[in-house]
Amino acid sequence: MMVLVVVGLYTDKLEPLREKLAQLVTPFYQITNVPTRVNDWRKDTFVSQVDLKMENEALKTELLIHQRKLQQLASLAAENVRLRQLLNASQMLQDTVLIAELIGVSPNPLSHKVIINRGTKDGAFKGQPVLDAFGLMGQVIEVSENSSTVLLISDSTHAIPVQVNRNGVRAIAEGTGDLNSLSLRHVSANTDIRAGDLLVSSGLGDRFPVGYPVAEVLQVVRDPGKAFLTVIAKPMARLDRSRHLLLVFENRDQASVPGALNVTISSSSSISSSSSSASSQGGAQ
Amino acid sequence: MPAQSLNLYVIIALSVLLALVLSVYPLPMDMRWWRPEFVLVVAIYWMFFMPLTVSFLFLCALGLFQDLLEGVPFGQHSLGLVIVGYICILSYQRVRNFSLWRQSAWVFVLVGIAQLTDNWVQGMAGRPLSGIQFLYPALTSALIWPLCSLWLDRLTHRHHH
Repeated sequence: MMVLVVVGLYTDKLEPLREKLAQLVTPFYQITNVPTRVNDWRKDTFVSQVDLKMENEALKTELLIHQRKLQQLASLAAENVRLRQLLNASQMLQDTVLIAELIGVSPNPLSHKVIINRGTKDGAFKGQPVLDAFGLMGQVIEVSENSSTVLLISDSTHAIPVQVNRNGVRAIAEGTGDLNSLSLRHVSANTDIRAGDLLVSSGLGDRFPVGYPVAEVLQVVRDPGKAFLTVIAKPMARLDRSRHLLLVFENRDQASVPGALNVTISSSSSISSSSSSASSQGGAQ
Repeated sequence: MPAQSLNLYVIIALSVLLALVLSVYPLPMDMRWWRPEFVLVVAIYWMFFMPLTVSFLFLCALGLFQDLLEGVPFGQHSLGLVIVGYICILSYQRVRNFSLWRQSAWVFVLVGIAQLTDNWVQGMAGRPLSGIQFLYPALTSALIWPLCSLWLDRLTHRHHH
């Protein structure tokens, strides 16, 4: 038994077995999802006309607002394409997404994983980025035919390359095992980063697509005794509430375009020269 | 009596299946510490009262399936189940004569031991250990023990207490 644990942990010899057997597991999560589905069905079926009308009204208003934003977006997108052509950068392609529904939560309290109802049958693959309506949620780590497991960005074994949206400073956001906080690793003490900054995925590492919101910086602690800043950020995605997730199928050749960064920060007046490459300077004390 | 033993196997299988379903029933992220170790509690019951029916091989297989189900490293739950199963085999003659609440206290210790091995494996897998939280499942397991025990007694027509 101990041998099994060690072999399973330190080698990947058991992975194929786990993938094969994962199909046995899906029915359990489908069964435990039944109450939620019944509840959804009840909500959809027994609803008064007044409520529906109100919801319709609210949705129409929302649609109007989004349409207005979209009008601007069209011109912005065109401008973006022109600027990219000037920079000879490859074009940003639209990512295609697939909607997935959450069917289970990992019962292990030490890990932040969820189970979704899409598998190899729908084209899900290992390492696929997962979003919700508000930001990046995590990545697929196990796939079976009809379901897959998603590791959330707040899991303590997860890390994601990010950059500050304001000035392009790059960093690595690590999960802490707490749903509401990520910590940035090795941010040097003179880095321009402050509370309220939006962290977006930087696309480095070719795992996550560029530009999706990841977290918002909550607090930055400058302790003179430490070589690095302590930066705590709150994930943008609603990790414990979202029930509908988006699986991203990105076009591989657009990943990590060096020019992309320049375009986004060229308008910013306060560009900090310190990036993660400068972090080796360590503390400035 | 083959008919009755067949019946018993069905009851064991059903109770284990139910425990497995309950062990993955979705809970809010912060509530997950309070989930009793249903599978372990049911296994402890069968080890106490049917020690000859439930084999270690069965416990191993059950643990491995639970590992698969919960997505934890293979062997984590089997390790806990086998260790606890062994203690059960050593102690069942005494425990059967305990009152229900004393049995509960004993279950608290057993589940606590299983939680220790669970945490050990999780620690090897690189997850930070929590403080006293890892004993919460032991506490809730001890609390549902009387319920589980009485219910399974009724199913198996054992009038013990």
